[in-house]
Amino acid sequence: MTTDRIAVDIKVPNQTRYLCLIGHIGENIARTLRNYSGDREKLAYDLNLVLTEAMANAIQHANEGDPAKEVHIEISIVDQRLIIRVFDCGQGFDVQQYIEPRHPLDEHGRGVYLIHTIMDEISYLSTDNGHVLKLTKNL
Amino acid sequence: MNLQIEDKGAAVLLAVQEERLDAHNSGDLKNQMLKLFEEGKNNLVVDLQAVRFVDSSGLGALVSGFKNASSRNGNLKLSGLQLQVKSMFELTRLHRVFEIYTDSSEALASFQQ
Repeated sequence: MTTDRIAVDIKVPNQTRYLCLIGHIGENIARTLRNYSGDREKLAYDLNLVLTEAMANAIQHANEGDPAKEVHIEISIVDQRLIIRVFDCGQGFDVQQYIEPRHPLDEHGRGVYLIHTIMDEISYLSTDNGHVLKLTKNL
Repeated sequence: MNLQIEDKGAAVLLAVQEERLDAHNSGDLKNQMLKLFEEGKNNLVVDLQAVRFVDSSGLGALVSGFKNASSRNGNLKLSGLQLQVKSMFELTRLHRVFEIYTDSSEALASFQQ
């Protein structure tokens, strides 16, 4: 069986105008995968959403909206495991605090919950100059 | 954001003419709705027929509009949700908060009853 082995490394300015670009890369990966037996269009939406939410979090909470900063995203697929890493260079935020579903009338704080419902593993760890949000999904 | 705003009498129709409603443009929608509330227009229909993708910020903007409309004795109703957008409302239990109609004319008619 031919398996997918994909590695994508992206660096974009810390600005929301690039969310669409990052989200579309996720969608296109879902549509290109060789071996995926699930609902491909659902996976496309989910990867678009996960990447959009993860990057928006990095922009707003970790990089404090500073447009001069950069968001670094790595997407890789090895052995039917999809791993997304989003690197930021800021103070970070408490991921665990946002994992539980919000009250429906809350205006903020749904992003991490949505990521959590889609991905199998989620971690947020310190790096030399910031943090990395690591998200894993078994395909 | 590309947004068509039309006063239909009983309610104002806001048709979002964007493929995505996300953290990049949801602030514009929120501001437009606030402007309408300030003008005393408290009954809104937000039509999402053209929207293929919504994220948590987009949902947050709609919740903000809903709460503002409710606090002014108005309502914010939704129409034209594509299948995957509708799933987002279900996942976040927001389908129990909003009145959701198949198309904008149905949503507008509901304000005239």
